[in-house]
Amino acid sequence: MTSPLETAADRDRLRRVVIDPVSRVEGHGKVSLLLDENDRVREARLHIVEFRGFEVFIQGRPYWEVPVMVQRLCGICPVSHHLAASKALDHVVGGVPVTPTAEKMRRLMHYGQILQSHALHFFHLSSPDLLFGFESEAGRRNIVGVAAAHPDIARRGVLLRKFGQEVIRATAGKRIHGTGAVPGGMNRHLSAEDRRLLKADIAQVVDWSRTAVELIKRMHRADPALYDAFGAFESGFMSLVRSDGAMDLYDGHLRFRDAAGAIVLDRVRDQDYRSVICEEVKSWSYMKFPFMRMFGPETGWYRVGPLARVQNCDFVPSPFAEAERREFVDHGKGAPVHATLAYHWARMIEMLHAAEVIRDLLDDPDLLAGPLLAEGTRSREGVGVIEAPRGTLIHHYQVDDDDLVSLCNLIVSTTHNNEAMNAAIRAVATRYLDGHTLTEGLLNHIEVAIRAFDPCLSCATHALGKMPLMLELTAPDGTLLDRVVRD
Amino acid sequence: MTEAARVVVFAVGNPSRGDDALGPRLLERIADAYPALATVPDFQLQVEHALDLKGADLALFIDAAVNLDGPYRLFELEARGTVPVFSHALSPQAVLAVYRNVEGSAPPPSFMLAVRGQDFELGGSLSAVASAALESAWILIRELLSAPVPEAWRRTASVNPADTPGRSQSRVRPCACPETGSRDSCRD
Repeated sequence: MTSPLETAADRDRLRRVVIDPVSRVEGHGKVSLLLDENDRVREARLHIVEFRGFEVFIQGRPYWEVPVMVQRLCGICPVSHHLAASKALDHVVGGVPVTPTAEKMRRLMHYGQILQSHALHFFHLSSPDLLFGFESEAGRRNIVGVAAAHPDIARRGVLLRKFGQEVIRATAGKRIHGTGAVPGGMNRHLSAEDRRLLKADIAQVVDWSRTAVELIKRMHRADPALYDAFGAFESGFMSLVRSDGAMDLYDGHLRFRDAAGAIVLDRVRDQDYRSVICEEVKSWSYMKFPFMRMFGPETGWYRVGPLARVQNCDFVPSPFAEAERREFVDHGKGAPVHATLAYHWARMIEMLHAAEVIRDLLDDPDLLAGPLLAEGTRSREGVGVIEAPRGTLIHHYQVDDDDLVSLCNLIVSTTHNNEAMNAAIRAVATRYLDGHTLTEGLLNHIEVAIRAFDPCLSCATHALGKMPLMLELTAPDGTLLDRVVRD
Repeated sequence: MTEAARVVVFAVGNPSRGDDALGPRLLERIADAYPALATVPDFQLQVEHALDLKGADLALFIDAAVNLDGPYRLFELEARGTVPVFSHALSPQAVLAVYRNVEGSAPPPSFMLAVRGQDFELGGSLSAVASAALESAWILIRELLSAPVPEAWRRTASVNPADTPGRSQSRVRPCACPETGSRDSCRD
């Protein structure tokens, strides 16, 4: 339902506060708060400039180039784009299902990506806020501050990230710009030497992942009033699940739950995503707002990502992570957990699951030998859906007889979470900023809510020179009262 | 180059985004001309790059930059943390700080080579400005790698093309904004 804080009634007479992390080239996030003369929040919005030009960048290219080229869309989760594109184009080349060896290699690559991304997110991005508090000294709230105060935690974060990168290198061929997945399968096996190297570390990785779940649980237990209430709001959930209801981050069908936790739509084929998902345009945002067609835009929006996935599945098919999922679900006392900070808890459960999946896959002889490519009847169209670290990622292509891509449509996790992120901002603004004088620490509460989702901001370019966090305070008459740049 | 100096060169950039390809392009030349050198290309810097600094005596980071008056700017980096807004990238200074804290020792002397770009559109090629800057930077890189010792690099960094008297860049304090390398926030 549209919040009264989405658009204020008398917005021209209000004072505007803008939090503006400007990206290097295109795409940026901006939080704008409209305050009245008593510093009460009257309107709260998150603006994110969506991917621009990516579809055009892909259209007209030969389809076999696409799995490699799409990695240049995003520097933080290129493997997710690589695999989603490959899955979509499997349909175009008639390679569905791919061979067992190809699927296991792709799964190994994907869970390596999940592990490294979740480790980076938690240890680098979130743990400074959580370990030091939202209003702690800004200069301390970073990975360096964590390393100084908690050297073991910081070191494990770096090494977990490094291990995930090694999994990607071993399966994709290179740490970045890999070429492992191709339409219809894979182009390489895992080498015996890489398997030996990865197996030497995996027990430690699983152990550290278990410790990470314990760490975030400890934080929740230490301050349940904060963790259960901060940025909390009710929504439905969407994710892929396996045919038996298990968590599956690589493949499956789409399942939707409502805010009460009831399954409202299930067993939707990935090829049919358009029959259940629509996207709404709002005049104040460049990013679309997806929603379930059956419920409409007012009530049909949903959350994706770890919080959704851990609660949408019936079980996690790995023992340690399943035990943690049960504890997470029990925390909700029969109702879904809607707390924004619970994203971090769910994320660590997924990291543990990824570590367990990698451990088990490394014992599978299919990785070292077996057919890599499947062939079949050519098709003009394909959809690939994968659970990327931040949520459901959809790639949709049409390919003409000349092998050139004629249509490309991408829905990334940040777009799925657009309405949810706005809801989180409104919840935090109402709870923590209303009636208060603005401070850096209070404003950081807004950022903490955004960081739980970690939206993707067309981040594949990082030239020096433009990455400040800008805060602007504007009077009702448009006069700039103050500007702060966080460097 | 002396045999004892172990240099690692990082290049940051997306080859499909116009002038953002400056770093990768220069790294390709370096890898061809100096095959024994450790080279690390990536879209952006992250925590694991701290581990790529292990064993190095000297590090060079190359990245495209906006708001440069000259074709490039070389400056020495200091280890320093930053407050991340998103998880998408670390500054080179933060990578050095991660190294210091994780490894328990000072990172090797490290320098940033910012090369001027202006057009970063997806699918674009190098602009004329960036192409010219690339050639100037390549001359500098060869000079640096011919004498890979910190003192020599510091001397070179003390005289950047944009520091010539009369240029507007003379108002810019070198490294005044070490988190981002931004010139915007460094002007007097």
